[in-house]
Amino acid sequence: MQKEQDQILNEVTTGEYKYGFYTDIEHDSIGKGLNEDVIRLISEKKNEPEFMLQFRLKAYRHWLTMKMPGWAHLDIPPIDYQELVYYSAPKQKARLSSLDEVDPELLETFNKLGIPLEEQKHLAGVAVDAVMDSVSVKTTFKETLAELGIIFCSFSEAVREYPDLVRQYMGSVVPYTDNYYAALNSAVFSDGSFCYIPKGVRCPMELSTYFRINAANTGQFERTLIVAEDNSYVSYLEGCTAPMRDENQLHAAIVEIVAMEGAEVKYATVQNWYPGNKEGKGGIYNFVTKRGICKGDNSKISWTQVETGSAITWKYPSCILKGDNTTGEFYSVALTNNRQQADTGTKMIHIGKNSKSIIVSKGISSGVSNNSYRGLVKVLRGAENARNFSQCDSLLLGDKCGAHTFPYIESNNQSAIIEHEATTSRIGEDQIFYCNQRGIATEDAISLIVNGYAKEVLNKLPMEFAVEAQKLLQISLEGSVG
Amino acid sequence: MLVIKDLKVSIEGGEILKGVSLEVNAGEVHAIMGPNGSGKSTLAAVLAGRDLYEVDSGTISYMGEDLLEKSPEERAKEGLFLGFQYPIEIPGVSMVNFMKTAINEMRKHRGEEPLSASEFLKKMRQKKELVEIDSSLTNRSVNEGFSGGEKKKNEIFQMAMLEPKLAVLDETDSGLDIDALKVVARGVNNLRSSENAIIVITHYQRLLDYIVPDYVHVLYKGRIVRSGGKELALLLEEKGYEWIRQEELNL
Ligand SMILES: Nc1ncnc2c1ncn2[C@@H]1O[C@H](COP(=O)(O)OP(=O)(O)O)[C@@H](O)[C@H]1O
Ligand SMILES: [Mg+2]
Repeated sequence: MQKEQDQILNEVTTGEYKYGFYTDIEHDSIGKGLNEDVIRLISEKKNEPEFMLQFRLKAYRHWLTMKMPGWAHLDIPPIDYQELVYYSAPKQKARLSSLDEVDPELLETFNKLGIPLEEQKHLAGVAVDAVMDSVSVKTTFKETLAELGIIFCSFSEAVREYPDLVRQYMGSVVPYTDNYYAALNSAVFSDGSFCYIPKGVRCPMELSTYFRINAANTGQFERTLIVAEDNSYVSYLEGCTAPMRDENQLHAAIVEIVAMEGAEVKYATVQNWYPGNKEGKGGIYNFVTKRGICKGDNSKISWTQVETGSAITWKYPSCILKGDNTTGEFYSVALTNNRQQADTGTKMIHIGKNSKSIIVSKGISSGVSNNSYRGLVKVLRGAENARNFSQCDSLLLGDKCGAHTFPYIESNNQSAIIEHEATTSRIGEDQIFYCNQRGIATEDAISLIVNGYAKEVLNKLPMEFAVEAQKLLQISLEGSVG
Repeated sequence: MLVIKDLKVSIEGGEILKGVSLEVNAGEVHAIMGPNGSGKSTLAAVLAGRDLYEVDSGTISYMGEDLLEKSPEERAKEGLFLGFQYPIEIPGVSMVNFMKTAINEMRKHRGEEPLSASEFLKKMRQKKELVEIDSSLTNRSVNEGFSGGEKKKNEIFQMAMLEPKLAVLDETDSGLDIDALKVVARGVNNLRSSENAIIVITHYQRLLDYIVPDYVHVLYKGRIVRSGGKELALLLEEKGYEWIRQEELNL
């Protein structure tokens, strides 16, 4: 009986990646390999000011002194960094004023992904900055935002147009010395987004960015920086899917958030990079450093993530709660299938008085995948009345997958209250049969149960994203039932 | 509507049903009684299509078609409902979402449009009143944290929502107080019509004070050993299952 159940679950859960396609667009690339000349060339191609080149070189020299880290619950094949391509830009005309001028192949790719720019442009309340490979293709809604003094542009543009802001904040939350991949990113980062919300401004729309990996053997190194001035508010969405490739692709991004006094930043991600095929061949290595600092009193940073893609995910969106009465939140759904490996969680560093943090992590494992939650709650001596609540749940489909929870707690203040709850459950045959008996087929039953389980996190996403995320969970578990 | 012929069922090599035959027509209410372990739940589960059980021989036809050929969800969509003896908890899935999905799957099967949100909510309200189910229950996850009685009432609520052609209720009365028993009875009596049929599986005759069956069958050690009218239930009540045991020994 147990066997039969596992077989059903296997059939349902060993679906192939639905977004496997590759767009044939000419690329302007620098050859394989990494050295100081390559870094100078990247900087030159991007017309960067001198300070940027110096930043990259310092980071590169530091990276050379570092070793690739090893992790207990991830099995990472060795990566030859000289085999990767560090710069690739889709070739196109220098400046585009309308969507008509965008490469039709590129638009087609977006259409396959279900994110047609044309429609998005009209979609009320959503500004889209679409990034393909390393260069920004199109930015919309810019004018509306500009009237409010909001800056929302590609990182490269920010480096050229707002060098002082970039200089002030870049690396202030994630220094290039932070870790191996942060150093690498700082040396070779390609592009990303920059967002600046002035004092007292509430950004009236969700800001979203779609990232894509689309050049063979191209390391993809995005960099995002969000600065929210006093009493401002912004909700930022990041989502991506990547085309089917055979070679492993490295993705090492950095996201930095700075929230000043009374500011609130919500950052939501739907991550669906190519996870590799059933046998685990191909797939993205996703090593991301995301961190925000609640710098001013009464500020708040909230991370929400739905992680379904990548062969290997290593990512811990974190909050440094520096100001008094600050709040950090982390809501996560991480789904692994087939041979995927995920090691994800958060770090909440309580420095300010009355700082609060909430962690809700929902892991879903199926196939022969491995899914780990790793979280740190650290309370420093001065953090009077710090509070944390963590809820870490694991849901298993079948009996060949693994779920692990590693909560680390360091408290240096007696008045701190830290609570941790964890559960592990399995989708049972009797639950599926109960659904069947009410007319719901097995595949839909699993999707219903999984979405129910993840609801608390999905509810934190903006409406249109929540629907997309639900579909994604379903697609990621889909397969050929009977 | 339902014709079971010489059904033999086993699990892990052990034979549980040893040749059960039963015919149920539209408009009829049948009660199946019998001591614990006699195979009542097995029969219900096989009707619903649980693949845990091995059907060794015999046939089941439902509305003129071979029931054993169909998947559990097909059977459900064709109007077969099972009230579970032990209803299952599904954390995180709200009753509203669960019922909406179920109803719309069934409508799709019949080639009908999905119910609109307001139509659905109206139906929920009506059926909730019928079974006197606490309003808050339908806002919670399916059976999660429900008391035993609430779970049973929830089965009746789902039956009322889904309006099945053939309902099989597996010991829905067990563990209920008199008030809850009346709710179950009302749910069943409400469904009762010339178009529908109901099989009530029960251990005790007291439910049959409220749901008057047309036929009563006694299932004992995998066989239907007695069939009769509602007076058979009273006889059983009076003499106890020990009586059946003795009679069987004498044979
Ligand atoms: N999953 C199972 N595995 C092994 N034996 C079972 C299983 N389910 C039921 N049985 C056995 O089958 C017989 C009939 O059980 P059941 O149909 O539940 O009877 P009832 O509902 O009349 O009490 C019992 O002897 C029981 O132990
Ligand atoms: Mg039983």
